[in-house]
Amino acid sequence: MASRVHLLRRRPLVWILLAGLLALLISGCGTGPQSALAPAGPVGMREAGLYNLIFWMAVVVFVLVEGLLLFTALRFRRRTSDGIPSQIHGNTRLEIVWTIIPVLILIVIAVPTITTIASASTIPQGPDVLKVTVIGHQWWWEFRYPDLGIVTADEMHIPVGTKVALTVESADVIHSFWVPRLAGKIQAIPRRQNEMWLQGDEIGEFYGQCYQLCGTSHANMRFRVFVQSKADFDAWVKDQQAVPAPPTDPEAAKGAQIFQSKACVGCHTIAGTNAKGTIGPNLTHFGSRTTIAGAMLEKTDANLAMWLHDPPGVKPGSIMPNLGLTDDEIKALVAYLDSLK
Amino acid sequence: MAEASLGGHAAAVETTTGLDHRKMVMWAFLGSECLFFGSLISTYLVYRNRSLTGPFPQDTFDIPYTSVSSFVLLMSSLTMVLALAAIQRGNVRGMRTWLVATGLLGSVFLGGQVYEFTTFIAHGLSLSRNLFGTTFFVLTGFHGAHVTVGVVILFSLFLNSLRGKLTRENSLVVELAGLYWHFVDVVWVVIFTVVYLLPY
Amino acid sequence: MATAEHAATTHQPDRRRYEGIWSWIFTVDHKKIGVMYGVTAVCFFLIGGIEALLIRSQLMFPNGKVVSPDQFNELFTMHGTTMIFLALMPLSVAFFNIVVPLQIGARDVAFPRLNAFSYWVYLFGGLLLNASYLFGGAPNAGWFGYANLTEVPYNHSSYGIDFWILGLQILGVSSMAGAFNFLVTIINARAPGMTFMRMPLFTWMTLVTSFLLILAFPVITVALVELMFDRLFATNFFNPAAGAEPILWQHLFWLFGHPEVYILILPAMGIISDVLPTFARKPLFGYPVVAYSGVAIAFMSWGVWAHHMFSAGLGPVANAVFSVTTMLIAVPTGIKIFNWIGTLWGGSINFKTPLLFALGFIAMFTIGGLSGVMLASPPADWLENDTYFVVAHIHYVLFGGTIFGLFAGIYYWFPKVTGRLLDERLGQIHFWLMLIGMNVTFAGMHVLGMEGMPRRIATYPPGMGWDTWNFIATIGAFTIAVGMLVFIYNFFASVRHGQVAGPDPWDGRTLEWSIPSPPPPYNFARIPIVRARDPFWVQKYGDAGHGHGRVVPMPVAGGAHDAEEARADEHGEGIHMPDPSYYPIVAALGLAVMLAGVILTNLILGNPPGTQPAWPPSWVAFVGLVVFLYGIYGWALEPVSGHSS
Repeated sequence: MASRVHLLRRRPLVWILLAGLLALLISGCGTGPQSALAPAGPVGMREAGLYNLIFWMAVVVFVLVEGLLLFTALRFRRRTSDGIPSQIHGNTRLEIVWTIIPVLILIVIAVPTITTIASASTIPQGPDVLKVTVIGHQWWWEFRYPDLGIVTADEMHIPVGTKVALTVESADVIHSFWVPRLAGKIQAIPRRQNEMWLQGDEIGEFYGQCYQLCGTSHANMRFRVFVQSKADFDAWVKDQQAVPAPPTDPEAAKGAQIFQSKACVGCHTIAGTNAKGTIGPNLTHFGSRTTIAGAMLEKTDANLAMWLHDPPGVKPGSIMPNLGLTDDEIKALVAYLDSLK
Repeated sequence: MAEASLGGHAAAVETTTGLDHRKMVMWAFLGSECLFFGSLISTYLVYRNRSLTGPFPQDTFDIPYTSVSSFVLLMSSLTMVLALAAIQRGNVRGMRTWLVATGLLGSVFLGGQVYEFTTFIAHGLSLSRNLFGTTFFVLTGFHGAHVTVGVVILFSLFLNSLRGKLTRENSLVVELAGLYWHFVDVVWVVIFTVVYLLPY
Repeated sequence: MATAEHAATTHQPDRRRYEGIWSWIFTVDHKKIGVMYGVTAVCFFLIGGIEALLIRSQLMFPNGKVVSPDQFNELFTMHGTTMIFLALMPLSVAFFNIVVPLQIGARDVAFPRLNAFSYWVYLFGGLLLNASYLFGGAPNAGWFGYANLTEVPYNHSSYGIDFWILGLQILGVSSMAGAFNFLVTIINARAPGMTFMRMPLFTWMTLVTSFLLILAFPVITVALVELMFDRLFATNFFNPAAGAEPILWQHLFWLFGHPEVYILILPAMGIISDVLPTFARKPLFGYPVVAYSGVAIAFMSWGVWAHHMFSAGLGPVANAVFSVTTMLIAVPTGIKIFNWIGTLWGGSINFKTPLLFALGFIAMFTIGGLSGVMLASPPADWLENDTYFVVAHIHYVLFGGTIFGLFAGIYYWFPKVTGRLLDERLGQIHFWLMLIGMNVTFAGMHVLGMEGMPRRIATYPPGMGWDTWNFIATIGAFTIAVGMLVFIYNFFASVRHGQVAGPDPWDGRTLEWSIPSPPPPYNFARIPIVRARDPFWVQKYGDAGHGHGRVVPMPVAGGAHDAEEARADEHGEGIHMPDPSYYPIVAALGLAVMLAGVILTNLILGNPPGTQPAWPPSWVAFVGLVVFLYGIYGWALEPVSGHSS
C-alpha cells in the first residue's frame, strides 16, 4: 500500500506515462487503408470531424473525472489518527450543477449531430449525381450502375469530386456496406433499399468490407473503391459497357470453351456468351479487376489458379464448389479470364 | 388460522403493504404478460396488409361468428366473478357451480377457435402460407394456449374444492385465478379489435 | 389426506431435513441458493473466459489458423451468450439472493420454492446451451442472432441456433421467476420501519432491475418464439420471400436488449453504492438522487433501443430522436459517478480489496460511459458501429463496470457467507492484474475500431494497421486469465483457512452486518425495527449527524415481529423456516426437458437440422410435460411447513 502511495506521489511521472499511453493510442489513428480517421471526401470529413469533436470533449471530461477520482482517493485515504468523518448526506446545489453541466455538454454534441444527420441523409439528386446500386451477397459485393448499364463485382469506380448516390440492398442475409475513408456505413437488408451518398475528393484506391456478421466467410467479404479522374472514369465506363470479343489467344480460347462447357455458366454472366447465370459475380470484364474472390485476394495468376483449384478451401463456406478442374483446365481458364478486359 | 395447502405460509405472515405476496406476484406476472402479448400484437400490426399472397383477412374472417365466441368468453368473466363472490361468502357449492360454468364457457370459446381455425385452414390459410397466416395463428394460438391453461386451473380448483381444500379463508387462490382469467379475456378484446375489427 | 388443520398439529421438525448434497439440492434457503448461483456463475464465467482466450489466440496474428471461421463464429457467439446470460446476470442474482433479505431484515424471500426453481432452471438451461458443442455445433450467429442469418435457409448445418433458442427461453423463465420473487420480497417483506428511502442502495437497484427483467424478457421471448416458429414450422416472421422484414428482429431484440444492459449494470452500481460508504465511513452522498437516477435510467432505457440500429437505415428522424434520448440517459448515469466521488470526498478511505474494485469500477465505467456518448451520435456511430470500437465500449462497461462491481461484492460479502475473509494480499494482486490486464486488452480496441477493424471477423490480413493492437490485446487477455487463477486459488484457500471474519469485519452500515457470519438459517433471531437509513451504523454510533429520525408506529406486542418470534428465544429456537422441497427441481427438470423435447425435435428424431415442420414434437416433450405437471401440482399442493401462526 505504501509503495502505491509513493508511485502516485511522483505524480508528474504518472501523468507523463498516462499522456504517453494516450499519445501511443492516438498515434495509430488515421494511418491504415480502412481508417475512419483519414477521410477523403466531404461526407467522411463531416462525420470524422464530429467524431473528433466528441472525442476531444470526452478526453477533457476523462481527465477531469479520473483526475478528481484519483485525487479524492489519495487525499482522503485513511490515517490511523482518523475518527469517524463528518456524515455528510449530500448537497443539493452540487446536484443541480452536475446535472446541468452534462446537459450543456450534450447540447453542444447534439446540435452538430442533428445537422450532420440531415446532411448525410439528404441524398443528392439530379443529372450530375452518379447512381450506383450496391448488392450484398454471401460473401461478395455486386455493383450496378443502372444509368450506365454496367454490372460488376468486387470494385466500384467513381469519378473524383462527384456526388454518388448509393442504394444498398441484399440478396440474402443482412450485410453492412462501409468504405471508411469516404463515408459512414449502412446495412444491406433483404427487401429494403437503404440510401446513402458519398463523394471522393482524392484520386486513389479505398478499401471496404462487410461489417455485419453474415456467415462463415464474413471476414472475407471485401471490396475496393477506385476514385478516378473524369477521363479515367469515362474510359472505364466505356470498357465496361463494351461486349468483349471472343478471345484470339489459343490458350484463352481453350479456356472460353471450358467455361462454356462446365457448370460455370449456371452461376456467372459473361456478356456476349451463353453464360447468363446470376448467382455469382458478373465476370464480363473480370480481366480489368484488381482483386478476386470478394476482394479477398489480389488478382494474380497464382491466386486465381489457387482459387479455381478449390474455392471452398480458399474461402470457407464458398457457394462456388470445387469443380475438380485439372491443372491444364485451370491454366486455360486463367488465360481466358485475364483476357476479359 | 390454518395454513392453506394451496399456498401456505405467505398468507400467515404480515406484509409491508398489507397485500398478500401471491396477489402482488399475480399482478406483476400480468404486467409481464402485457409485454408478451404486446410484442405479438405489435408484430401483427407491423405485418398487417403486407402479405404478398392470399388468403387475406377480408376473405377469411366471419365477424358475426367470432363476435359470438367473443361474447361467450366475456360471459365467462361474469361467471368467474360470481364464483369468487360465492366463495367469499362461504358458499362452496355456489363457487363450484360458477367455476364449472366458467370452465365450460372457456371451453366453448376454445372449441369455437378450433372450428374457426380448421375452416380457415380448409380455405388455404396456414401458418406458413403468408404473413397473415403466420401472425394470425401465432397470436391467437398463444392466446388460446393461455385460455387452455386457465381452463386447466379452473378444473384443478374445482377438483380441490371437492376434496374440501377451498374455503372462505383461502379464497385468495380463486381471486388470483380470476385475475388471470379476466386478463386473458381483456387480451382477447384487444385481439378481436385489432385483428378482426380494424378495417382492411 | 390430512387437512390443513391436521397438518399443523402433526408438526414434525425433522420430517424434512436433508444432509450433505441433498440439503443443497432440496434447499429453499436463499443463502444456499445464492451460493449455488454464485459458484455456477463463476464456473460459466471461466468457460466464457476460455472461449475469449481462444478468440484472442486466433486474432493474435493476422491470418490466424488456430480455429476455423465456423468455429470462430461459434466461439464469439457462445462467449457473448455465456457471459451475459450464464455468468453476469446469475452472479448478480447470487447477490440478490444472499444479500437482499439480510439487508431488508427478512427471514427469506417471498417465495422460497420459486427461488429454488429459478436456480435449477438456470442450471439446466446453461447445461443445455453448452450441450450444443457436443451435438454438432454451438450457435454461430452472434449473441444477438440477427435474422435472417438465423433462418433455416442460411443456418442448417447444425442444430446450434435451435440450442440457442432453447437455452435463452429456459434462462428467460429463470430470470423472470427470480425477478418476480425479488420484486415482491422488496416491496412486501421489509422489516418494520424500513421505508423505501431507508433501504440500502443495493436493494434499491435490485428492485429496479427486477422491474426491468419482468418487462424486458417477454419481448425477447416473443422474438425467440417467432424465430423458433420460422425454423420449426416454416412461418414467415423473418422470411423476406413472403414479404417479411428482417429488421423486425432487430427492433424486438433491442427493445429487450437495451433494458438488458441496464439489468447488467444496475446491480453492480448498487454494490458499489454500498461498498463505497462502508470503506469511506461516510453515508452515500446524495442517496435519494442515486436511487432515483436508477429509476430514471430504468424508465429511459425503454426509449433508446434504436441506437443499436443507427446504421440500419431507419431514416434521419428516427436517428435524431434516438440520438437525443440516448444522450439524455447519460445524464442520470453521470450523476451517479459524481455522487460516488462525493461519497469518498471527506471520508476516511480504507484501501481494502472491495474498495479497490469499487474505485476501479468508477474509473473504468467512466471510460465506457464516455465511449457510449461517442456512440450516441449517429454520424460518429456510422464510423464506430460494428467495429472494435464497440467491443471496447462494451467491455469497459461490462468488464470494467459489471465484473469489477461483482468482484467488489464478492470480496465484500464473502465473509458474511463463509465466516472467513478472502486473503487481502492475493485480493490486491487479483485486482491489479485485472485492472492492468483489462486496459491492455481493451484500450487499444478503440484504435482498432477507428482504423476500421470489423467485429466478428475470424481473421484479418496483414497491412491494415491492425497487427500491433491485436497482439497487445491478446497479451492483456492472458493477463486477466492469470488474475482469475489468483482469485480461484484465493477462494479455495480462504474458504478453508481464511482469517475468521466475525459478524462485522468492515465496520458496516447495513443490517446484514448485525447478524453472525455465516448467518443462522432464520437470519434474524428478532426481526429488527428500523429507525433510520444505515440502521446498523446508527445502532453502533448513534445518530452521528443523521438527524432524519422519524417516529415509526411500533407493533403492539413490544417489538416481536410475529407471535412465533415472541415465543422464540434469542437464539432463534422455535423459529420455523420453510421446509426443503424437491418439487422445484422436479418442475425445473420437467420444464427443461419439455422445451428441449419441442425445440430439439429434429435432433432427437435424427432429422437433419432445419427439417420442417418439426411436428409433432418428439416423445421427450411429453415426458417432460408429465414431469413438469407432477412438479407443479406437487408444489401447489404441498404444505410449506408445519408452522401455524
